[in-house]
Amino acid sequence: MSIQVKIFASLRERLGSDGMELPVDGIATVADVWARVAPDQPLAGSVLMAVNMDYAQADQPVVDGDEVAFFPPVTGGTA
Amino acid sequence: MTVRITAEPFDPYAELAGYTPRGEANRIGAAATFIGFMRDLNEGDDITTMELEHYPGMTEKALEKLRDEAVKRWELADALIVHRVGKLSPTDPIVLVAAWSGHRVAALEACRFLIEELKTRAPFWKKEQLGDRERWVEHNTPG
Repeated sequence: MSIQVKIFASLRERLGSDGMELPVDGIATVADVWARVAPDQPLAGSVLMAVNMDYAQADQPVVDGDEVAFFPPVTGGTA
Repeated sequence: MTVRITAEPFDPYAELAGYTPRGEANRIGAAATFIGFMRDLNEGDDITTMELEHYPGMTEKALEKLRDEAVKRWELADALIVHRVGKLSPTDPIVLVAAWSGHRVAALEACRFLIEELKTRAPFWKKEQLGDRERWVEHNTPG
């Protein structure tokens, strides 16, 4: 019964973690996951979120077995 | 209909030469391609190397979604996306986008759509090395 959390790029360095497994108890939304990941930091508007590898909003429901990811704005491609 | 992420350097011209687009060849009137390379200059600073990070699984999913959108919207015969990750050096190809269509406008517009949308929707992150310091690229260049 758990949520898999992944954190990428500059956010990973800032939080000092590339992710964790969280017990699902008490977690209903993406925002709840963030509150466990970074209890002392508000969820900034610049943080992007995904549930099961699709972009998501903070109020999106999360259920047992979901993979939730947090990351900074993306900068792929070139020129 | 290929989406490929590679940690190894790739040759975009060989990639195109070795690719057979889907559909009837005698109905394809146009192919548009875009190739992006790593520069040794960004925001006025010399860049020695660059590290490109991605989210394995989601990046592929996001690129496939983009490709499917482009194929549907412009009724493309086929589309191809190849994107590099890992440690890059200046002049290395970073990204190859190609679109095949009956006519030029659809191919050109779809190619433009793919590279512009990729930059804002596909989870890739660049970290630049500048001599003995490094920095994350915080935003895309305007074009």
